[in-house]
Amino acid sequence: MSIKLEHINYVYSPGTAYEKHALKDIHLEIPHGQFVGIIGHTGSGKSTLIQHLNGLVKATDGALYYNGENIYAEGYNMRELRNQVGLVFQYPEHQLFEADVLSDVCFGPKNQGCSEEEAKQRALEALQLVGLKEKYYDRSPFDLSGGQKRRAAIAGVLAMNPKVLVLDEPTAGLDPKGRDEILDQIAYLHKTCDMTVILVSHSMEDIAKYVDRIIVMNHGQVAFDDVPKKVFEHYEELERIGLSAPQVTYIMHELKARGLDVPADVTTIEEATEAILAALKKKGE
Amino acid sequence: MIRDITIGQYYPANSKIHSLDPRVKIVGTLLYLISLFTFKSIIGYVLATVFLFACVKLSKVPFKFMVRGLKPIFLLLMITVAFNLFLTPGGAVLLQIGPLKVTEQGLSTAVYMALRLIYLIIGSSLMTLTTTPNSLTDGLEKLLYPLNRIKVPVHEIAMMMSIALRFIPILLEETDKIMKAQIARGADLESGNLIQKAKAMIPILVPLFVSSFRRANDLAMAMEARCYRGGEGRTKMKPLVYQKTDYIAYAIMICYIVVVFVAGRYIPFKIWIF
Repeated sequence: MSIKLEHINYVYSPGTAYEKHALKDIHLEIPHGQFVGIIGHTGSGKSTLIQHLNGLVKATDGALYYNGENIYAEGYNMRELRNQVGLVFQYPEHQLFEADVLSDVCFGPKNQGCSEEEAKQRALEALQLVGLKEKYYDRSPFDLSGGQKRRAAIAGVLAMNPKVLVLDEPTAGLDPKGRDEILDQIAYLHKTCDMTVILVSHSMEDIAKYVDRIIVMNHGQVAFDDVPKKVFEHYEELERIGLSAPQVTYIMHELKARGLDVPADVTTIEEATEAILAALKKKGE
Repeated sequence: MIRDITIGQYYPANSKIHSLDPRVKIVGTLLYLISLFTFKSIIGYVLATVFLFACVKLSKVPFKFMVRGLKPIFLLLMITVAFNLFLTPGGAVLLQIGPLKVTEQGLSTAVYMALRLIYLIIGSSLMTLTTTPNSLTDGLEKLLYPLNRIKVPVHEIAMMMSIALRFIPILLEETDKIMKAQIARGADLESGNLIQKAKAMIPILVPLFVSSFRRANDLAMAMEARCYRGGEGRTKMKPLVYQKTDYIAYAIMICYIVVVFVAGRYIPFKIWIF
């Protein structure tokens, strides 16, 4: 289920006074099963980019292949593509509309042509996957808390059994606890459901811990595309484009500069703890 | 998708017309529209045409944007022309198809009526194309201020107008987002009969309503937090003050009106278009 973007260009409102070149010659390949983080400053084109992945936005120029098929080809089944590539928008809870949570989650499967029974079955599975408790299922989605609403909304997309799950800033506006829970849940989904997961964020801290690969967007172009460790080595360039590496990266660089023999390329707090302890032990000997 | 719709058709450019005080533009447009109906002779039409196109040229707005405003009234225009053409008696009969007669008088009335309507639309488009909706409401508020005396809540009306205008692009964007999100969830907005289509709108309308109430609530809170209490004693950060160019514009406008009125009425000039 690989996705391949070839020389994708996108221009907003071409030919008017508000013309904007949002994506410039994007060239990417995302193999099946990868956990990818897309990161970039506001207006860097990351949201526009992911809307290309399920054909909601058509590139001004370039080609996009899903499983080797060009989605811009004549007669390509866009509906089927949208069934396979699930897209969770920013603040997905703003799209809830049904009278109760369960029927809202059923909306997707029903649109796919599932029977009432089947849709309900899938909805229940999805709600369990996102960790929403059973007592909420028949409540109005508008009565839930922010984090619960978001879970319900993500379940709405999961119930469609997508092969690729794209999430646009799933943690925006959540408190630290809600954020960690959602991210852990997504990581769990990636592990258990054999999905490609693409996570968009503007916080390195959020995604460093989870993803296999980071794509850094800047002014509509791919600035870096590599495993997290390698991307964070460019922490000075990242700062120049308005992003930052995780705090531990800075600490490790500083420690190294002050003479402690630690590797500078660790990205998570757990790794850092181990590395520092090991270095101190070695020093003590 | 829906983003392509532009409401309030402001065309950003740096021109003499753009930088005029909105009051000048409102009053000027109004006077121009009235002037279109004061003359009867061909000289009046020539003057009105020259004046209008000089203003269009000065505004640096491409002419096709002006013409765009004509599209919605095209049908009305055609009906007017047809009625005038066939049903005006007087003068020599030029053409007769069954009971319908095209007379000399009818032809000239039809042509002039069409011209008047077209200039009416282009004239008002020129105003909306060169003035942002916000400065337009600003200008209106100031112009209508005297009505305060007879207890018309001018400030409140203007405030409501500017809030409504401000919310149009926000709600459009929101609609676009919700539509995309529901399409991503497999919603089918296009096929089906009228009832199915109406039903398909529910997943878009409900979230849209919820979000506009949420936004309205937030805005009201934010305004209260900044001690908004209506127009009384409220000053402006950028008050409208007439500049030299505005007075010049008024002077030109008055000259135009006088010339059109005098030339159009009192200089005898036979209507002769054939």
